[in-house]
Amino acid sequence: MRSDPADYELVAPANLQEIVALLAEEPGTWLPIAGGTDVMVQYAAGKLSARKLVSIWNLPELRHIEVLADEVRIGAGCTYTDLRENETVGREFPLLVSAASWTGGIANQNRGTLGGNVVNASPAADSLPALLAYEAELILVSIRGERRVPYLDFHTDYKKTKLASDELIRDICLSRRFSEYFSYTRKVGARQAQAISKVCVAALGRLDGGKVKDVRIAVGSVAPVPLRLLETERIVQGKAIEPSLLLLAKKIAVAEIRPIDDIRSTMRYRSTVVGNLVAEFLEKLRANEPAI
Amino acid sequence: MTTNISSGGRAKCELSFTVNGERRTVRVHPMERLLDVLRQELALTGAKEGCAEGECGSCSVLMDGALVNSCLVPILQAKSANIVTIEGLAAGAQLNCLQEAFLDFGGAQCGICTPGMILAASHLLQRNPQPTIGDIREGLSGNLCRCTGYVQIFDAVAKAVQFKART
Ligand SMILES: Cc1cc2nc3c(=O)[nH]c(=O)nc-3n(C[C@H](O)[C@H](O)[C@H](O)COP(=O)(O)OP(=O)(O)OC[C@H]3O[C@@H](n4cnc5c(N)ncnc54)[C@H](O)[C@@H]3O)c2cc1C
Ligand code: FES
Ligand code: FES
Repeated sequence: MRSDPADYELVAPANLQEIVALLAEEPGTWLPIAGGTDVMVQYAAGKLSARKLVSIWNLPELRHIEVLADEVRIGAGCTYTDLRENETVGREFPLLVSAASWTGGIANQNRGTLGGNVVNASPAADSLPALLAYEAELILVSIRGERRVPYLDFHTDYKKTKLASDELIRDICLSRRFSEYFSYTRKVGARQAQAISKVCVAALGRLDGGKVKDVRIAVGSVAPVPLRLLETERIVQGKAIEPSLLLLAKKIAVAEIRPIDDIRSTMRYRSTVVGNLVAEFLEKLRANEPAI
Repeated sequence: MTTNISSGGRAKCELSFTVNGERRTVRVHPMERLLDVLRQELALTGAKEGCAEGECGSCSVLMDGALVNSCLVPILQAKSANIVTIEGLAAGAQLNCLQEAFLDFGGAQCGICTPGMILAASHLLQRNPQPTIGDIREGLSGNLCRCTGYVQIFDAVAKAVQFKART
């Protein structure tokens, strides 16, 4: 059933300091709302349990992209459109820009934020494999100060994160050391636009003398959390990409994931596709064939 | 925490924003959807409710120049914003070139998706005056149509592009 707006409180403090003070005052009571593309959907369906919301939309402290010598800091309040329009992000983080370009339609990209995608923590979220591949780090802020945590194990279980109830994500930090890597990403959905992923892969790689020097492979929609395929990465490290390695990598990748049957796809389909995409990535890496 | 009324709260609050060039002030609950405020408070019924979950685009409006789904915008977030709805595109009886092209090419049948399609197309042309057919498809990919099969809509937008280039 539809929600009655009279049952909900929404405030829009003017700055980040006031917002974190409010979160600290009654921990777990106030739900931040950024672009609302997840929160408002739950609200419209009468499924939003929070009754008190605090707007963080368009907050200057969260909506900027800072290019430093060794990393790019993306404010958690940046929209997908902000990412697509930023030159440095476009040049150095193609996996993220591709994910942004297939996140819903343009209206969704004008409102949906990267911070919202991380905290909403859907296993099917499209930018999260890219953040894993780039070994992102998050800067979290609260009235207690700030802390910097690796994104790799930020998701602890289905829709659970390490974010404390009085914290906000302020920045998503991406190291610039991967800018020369080969990039590969694919989203497999029921249709080209506006479809939730059945499988989504983001990968980076580098060869040296025909052998794999370094790879990062991350996948979405195949486990309760977005996954980095660390074992698969380890197995291919230092090896030449040949048919026997492709077979082995497929096998290991499929063993690392925990896909389920749901309304969008089946366990079997997802396993087969992940294996095939991992093999496709490695083949393209070997051939250095543009894959974005 | 006492919340001052201009920054929201649960009770109704007064807030102002610009709609189609006119300053408007409404007294509403801060979590009311921009879509409902436009339709019910301001009697601007061009934006339609199709799905209420961001999927169909029939509620599209421009907010500070950006295409948004008004069903997903709590009104407090539109405070002081500049909103353009389909009602703001024509200059009096003079239709905008996209509106003309939709009429000429059968881009509108039942008309439910049309305001959103035209605003999405207008948003696209503002950013990219010479879109390819691929750009047009992408620009309108968040807008669903149950009637036309889309081809007439893409043709209409392509025609408006040519028309604009000539004038
Ligand atoms: C039609 C449609 C299509 C979509 N398609 C896709 C898709 O293809 N791929 C995809 O991945 N997603 C998709 N989404 C989901 C959604 O758009 C994204 O998850 C988006 O990034 C959410 O961002 P938001 O700012 O709108 O989040 P909100 O709805 O504002 O918030 C989501 C959650 O994040 C929290 N939050 C937001 N920002 C912060 C912060 N800085 N610190 C702490 N907590 C925060 C909120 O409290 C809330 O719990 C789609 C949604 C719609 C409606
Ligand atoms: S009613 Fe808003 S997108 Fe469908
Ligand atoms: S004309 Fe009827 S939905 Fe598009």
